[in-house]
Amino acid sequence: MDAFTLLDTPTVWTNWLAFWSFDDINLLWVLVGSILLGMSASVIGGFAFLRKRSLVGDALAHAALPGVMMAFLLFESRDPLVMFLGAVTSSFLGFFLIDWLPKNTKIKADAALAITLSFFFALGLMLLSYIQGLEVDNKSGLDKILFGQAAAMTQKDIKLLAYVALFVLSCVVLFFHKFRLIAFSATYARTIGIAVNRYELLLALLIVMSVVVGLQLVGVVLMAAVLLTPVAAARFWSNQLSHILIISALLGGLSAIISTQISYLAPAMPTGPWMVVSLSALFIISLLFAPEKGLLKRYTEHQKLRKKVAEENILRTLYKLLERKNFQHKTFNLADIQALRSMPLESLQSTLKQLCKKALITSSTEGFEMTTSGFELAEQLTRRHRLWENYLTEHAELTPQQVHQQAERIEHILTESQELQLQEELANSQSDPHGNLIPSSNSTIPGESK
Amino acid sequence: MTNDIWIIATAALVAASCALVGVFLILRRQALIGDAISHSVLLGIVLAYLITDSRALPIMLGGAVIIGLLTAWLSDSLHRVGKLQSDASIGIIFTLFFAIGVILISLYAGQIDLDQECVLYGEIAFVPFDTIYIGNLAAESGFDIGPRAFWGIGIVFTIVLSSIIISFNRLKTIAFHPSLALSLGINVIFWHYFLMTLVSMTTVASFDAVGAILVVALLVIPASSAYLVARSLKAMLWMAVGYSQLAVLIGYALAFWLDSSISASIAVSAGLLLFVTIAWQQVQSQRRQRQPIDSL
Repeated sequence: MDAFTLLDTPTVWTNWLAFWSFDDINLLWVLVGSILLGMSASVIGGFAFLRKRSLVGDALAHAALPGVMMAFLLFESRDPLVMFLGAVTSSFLGFFLIDWLPKNTKIKADAALAITLSFFFALGLMLLSYIQGLEVDNKSGLDKILFGQAAAMTQKDIKLLAYVALFVLSCVVLFFHKFRLIAFSATYARTIGIAVNRYELLLALLIVMSVVVGLQLVGVVLMAAVLLTPVAAARFWSNQLSHILIISALLGGLSAIISTQISYLAPAMPTGPWMVVSLSALFIISLLFAPEKGLLKRYTEHQKLRKKVAEENILRTLYKLLERKNFQHKTFNLADIQALRSMPLESLQSTLKQLCKKALITSSTEGFEMTTSGFELAEQLTRRHRLWENYLTEHAELTPQQVHQQAERIEHILTESQELQLQEELANSQSDPHGNLIPSSNSTIPGESK
Repeated sequence: MTNDIWIIATAALVAASCALVGVFLILRRQALIGDAISHSVLLGIVLAYLITDSRALPIMLGGAVIIGLLTAWLSDSLHRVGKLQSDASIGIIFTLFFAIGVILISLYAGQIDLDQECVLYGEIAFVPFDTIYIGNLAAESGFDIGPRAFWGIGIVFTIVLSSIIISFNRLKTIAFHPSLALSLGINVIFWHYFLMTLVSMTTVASFDAVGAILVVALLVIPASSAYLVARSLKAMLWMAVGYSQLAVLIGYALAFWLDSSISASIAVSAGLLLFVTIAWQQVQSQRRQRQPIDSL
C-alpha cells in the first residue's frame, strides 16, 4: 500500500518523540490551543445539548463561513481578530434566523436549522469562489477553515483561540448556577427573577464564539461534533450536570491531544476529521462500557433479572403444586412443573440446576423438592403475588381476571417494606380474589408440623 | 454553448429531484436526517470506489444507499438504545461518517478521483467533460451520448418521479397522518426507509454536480418555499420543482456575473427565493392585520 508511506514506522516513532519533547515551540502552542478549544467547546455544547438544540452548533459553524469571507473582502486582511468578528456577526445572524423562522412562519424548527445551515454555507462558498477569482493578496489558505488544519495556524490565531476559550470557560464557571437553572426550567428561573433572556443571549454568544474560534482547527463542517459528541458521551458516566460537564471537558481535551498528534505525524491529514473520529471512539467506549448506564452493564443487569425471574417462577410453580396436593406430596417431576408453567425444556432444566446450586431445591430420582429456604422464598413470593392481586381488586377495582398478569410481574420486585405496607392496608384478607389462601409471613411448612 | 446547456440541464434535473424528495422530508419533519444522509453518503462513495475500483453508477448508487440507510438506522437505534435525543444521535452518526470519508480521501489522495474541494462544491462546471462514449473511442466508431453526471441524475430523477406517481396516495397518508397510516395497515417503517433510499440516491447522483453539503440546500430550501405557499401535496410538489428551476436559472446567471461557483450560486438563489417568499407573506399578513382598523 503505497498510500501509507507517509505513516511508515521509524519516522512515526521519531516524530512522536519529537512531538512530546516539545522541541517545536509552535507545536506546544497548537497543542495547548486545541486542548483549550476541545474543553470549552464541549462544556458549552453541554448546555446546547440540554436545551435540546444539539445541532445548533452545526448550523452556527456553517453560518460563520460567509462572515469570514465578507470580512476578508471588506478589509482585505487575514488578521485573526477581523476574521473572528466577521464570523461572530454572521453566526449570530444565523442564530437569530434559526429562532425567527419557526416563530414567524409555518417552517418547522428542524427545517429552519437545515435552511440556515445550507443557505449560509452556500453563501460562504459562493464568496470563497468569488474571492479565488479575484486578484488579491494572501487569499490562499482561506479554504483551510472548511476542514481545519492545525499546522496552518499562526501564533496569533492560537493566542486568540486561547483567550476566547478561557473566556468561555470562565463565563461558564461564573454563571454555572444560572445556566443550569435556565437549562432545566426556564419558567422557574423567570419566576424567581432571573433575567432569562439576557443569559440566553450570553449563552448564545458563548456558543457562537467557541464555534467560530474552533473553525481553523476543526473546520466548518465538523464543528458540530466537538460541541455534541463529548457531552453525549459524558452523559453515560454521570447524572449530575457538573460532573457531566467536567467529564465532557476531559473527553474534549483528550481528543484534541490525539488529533493534534496525528495531524503532526501526518501533515497531509486534516485535524478536524481526526478529532471527530477520536471523539466518536470515546463516545462508543462510553456507550458500551460506562459503569452505570453503559449498554454492557444494562445488558448484564437485564440478564440477571431474567434469570432471577425464571428461578422465582419455578419456585412459585413448585409452591402451587404443593398447595394442590395439600402440602402432603412434596416431590414433583419435570412433567408436573411443565404442566403448570410452560417454558422451553432447555431453560427449565438450566434454571432447575441453578436452583439446586443455590440449595433452594434438591433433586432426586423422583423429581425436585424445595428445601426449607426455598420454601420460605416461594411462600414470600406467593404472598406478595396474592397481596398485590387483592390490592388491585380492592383499590383499583379490577376484576379477578385482570389482576393475575400484573401480579405476576410485580411479585419479583416488591420489597419487604412494601409488602408490610400492603399487609397493613389489607389487614383482614385471608385469601386472594381467586380464593387461594395467602400464606402468612411466619408459618412453617404446614405438612411438616410435627 | 452546448456545454452550458449540459450544465443547466444537469443542474435542473438535480434541483428537481432534490425538490421532490425534499417535499416529503419537510412534511415528515425529517429535514435533519436529509442533512445527515447527504453528509454520510460521502463515505459510501469513497468506500464503494476503494472496494470495487470503479466509478460505475450502479456501484456508487449501491454504496450510497447502503450507507444512507445505515445512517438512518444507526441514528434511530442510538436514539432508542442509547436514550439520546434524536437530533443528537443524528449529529453523532453523520459527523463520524463524514469524518471517516474525509480521512479516507486524504489517505488515498493519489488514487481517488475526489478531493476535499469537490466534496464541498461539486464540479458542475466540469460535468460536460466527463462523458459517456458508446462504441470504440480509439476508432472513433461510436458516439458521445453526453455527460455521465447528466445520465446519472436522469435515471435517479426517473426513479424518484415514478415512485412518487405510483405510490402517491400512500406517501400522502404517511406524510400528513402517520398514525392513520399505521392504523390502515400501511407499513410506515418500510416507507420511511424507502424515502431514505430515495434521499440517498438523489444525493449521490447530485454529488458530482453540487457536492455533499449544497445538496442539503436543494433538498430543504425549495420544498420549504413551496410549503409556505402550497395548499395541497400536489401543489407543493409542483411549486417545489418550480422554485428549484427558478433557482437554477437565477443561480447560473449569478455565477456567470460574479464568476463564482455555479452550484453555490444556485443554492444561494434558492435561499433568496425563500426569503422573498417569506417577506411577501409577512407584508401580506401585516396588511391583513391592518385592514380591520382601516375599516373602522
